[in-house]
Amino acid sequence: MIEFLRSLGRWGLNTFQRLGRGHMFLVQMMAGMPSLTFRFSLVIQQLFYVGVLSVLIILISGLFVGMVLGLQGYNTLVDFGAEESLGVLVSLSLVRELGPVVTALLFAGRAGSALTAEIGLMKSTEQLSGMEMMAVDPMKRIIAPRFLAGLISMPLLAAIFSAVGIFGAFLIGHGLLGVDDGAFWSQMQAKTDWYEDILNGVIKSIVFGFVVTWIALFEGYDATPTSEGVGRATTRTVVHSAFAILGLDFVLTALMFGDI
Amino acid sequence: MAPLIKIRDLHFNRGDKVIFNGIDIDIYQGKVTAIMGPSGTGKTTLLKLIGGQLKPDSGTVEVDGQNVHKLSHSKLYELRKRMGMLFQSGALLTDINVFENVAFPLREHTKFPESMIRDLVLMKLQAVGLRNARDMMPAELSGGMARRVALARAVTLDPMMIMYDEPFTGQDPISMGTLVNLIRRLNDAMGLTSIIVSHDVAETTQIADEIYLLSGGKVIEKGTPETLKTSGSEWVKQFLQGLPDGPVPFHYPGNDFSKDLLNAEEQR
Repeated sequence: MIEFLRSLGRWGLNTFQRLGRGHMFLVQMMAGMPSLTFRFSLVIQQLFYVGVLSVLIILISGLFVGMVLGLQGYNTLVDFGAEESLGVLVSLSLVRELGPVVTALLFAGRAGSALTAEIGLMKSTEQLSGMEMMAVDPMKRIIAPRFLAGLISMPLLAAIFSAVGIFGAFLIGHGLLGVDDGAFWSQMQAKTDWYEDILNGVIKSIVFGFVVTWIALFEGYDATPTSEGVGRATTRTVVHSAFAILGLDFVLTALMFGDI
Repeated sequence: MAPLIKIRDLHFNRGDKVIFNGIDIDIYQGKVTAIMGPSGTGKTTLLKLIGGQLKPDSGTVEVDGQNVHKLSHSKLYELRKRMGMLFQSGALLTDINVFENVAFPLREHTKFPESMIRDLVLMKLQAVGLRNARDMMPAELSGGMARRVALARAVTLDPMMIMYDEPFTGQDPISMGTLVNLIRRLNDAMGLTSIIVSHDVAETTQIADEIYLLSGGKVIEKGTPETLKTSGSEWVKQFLQGLPDGPVPFHYPGNDFSKDLLNAEEQR
């Protein structure tokens, strides 16, 4: 019993210590952001690795998610004779929910895990220590550009996901199932609100981008500098990011659409 | 003459393990000072304490008159521009080639034109014999070559001092001879102060002006290589001559071997 309480206490202390380190890390990362004004090329380089290299997985996933939505939506709507509302159903589902959430989950798996592994390996091979001794602050040179790149990439990737998803649903709805294309697009345009739907979706994707990139970079920076430590950190990035995305999605949805 | 690096009553623990238990070290300008001792005595930790990457539990480390652990973040980074450090692993940036690694500190801290950066980098690489390896990636280098590139990088900003962490490990005999001479020549030609952490006795005694021997968190002995070679201390004799028997046990302290074997028999 005592041993159980002791391990519970140790776990609690470790968790609070990690939370504290994570928030200190965030403050240091933010303090490194202004220096990027003079060295935006570092951010552009990271935009390629974090954002551009994630485009393919987003395009393919978005297309298939949209196609499935088209099929499922049609099968449900056709029973009520409302299959022409397929465009609205698909666009609202994607722009409000699936776009930001699925993109963030994919982003955590593709870019987040890569960031953690990269930073963790830089730590274990003493590259970060080496930089510190060359009077180059890794927070400014390595961490801050990656954070900003993640923050910029996520909403853009979510927008691409939603756009491709809508296109996928159109292909199925109009091309395969015969939904009128005029009705598909016009109802979508009429019922999708710029502020209520699109802007809220963009806010969600920015919040997810912030959280996922923060978790990924912190896990790498805080990783035990061994191969096992880096492996565990990479796993934690994906798991913690998924929890954070889904939990925050509920909170944000309740705030934005729940009339709370 | 005041020492360039002055360490006083330094205490440092890692968990329950005592690494330093009140050590005093003076490192003088223009000298090659070696810190030697068996594995696990905290030699690399000492370099990290001097560089401000670790904080001591108590005691002070002064570099060029400044208490390293009392400096603000920006002042510490200013001081580090005048320190070079050669890591045991080399710590080269793996996503850029040899040339860019050596150019890295120049690109970060100076606004030199590209032609000047090229000349400076080639000069440093020529000094370590790797000018023609400039287009290679760190993954293509052997451990010894990586450390020589790291040495070229460490001297790129012409620092006042260089800390070498196990510079001789993994070098072939030809590179070893060159490296030993290079460290001494660089020190004398550039007016540097060098600190070498090593347990390669032959090479280190060849070039060091002064040697500190560490064990059990204390400075056991200090002096010139000649005085240490003639020292009457059993510990110094054992370390410098590599004797298996002496005050330093070969085996990590713990249970008796025969008891361990008997316990295993009983557990079966």
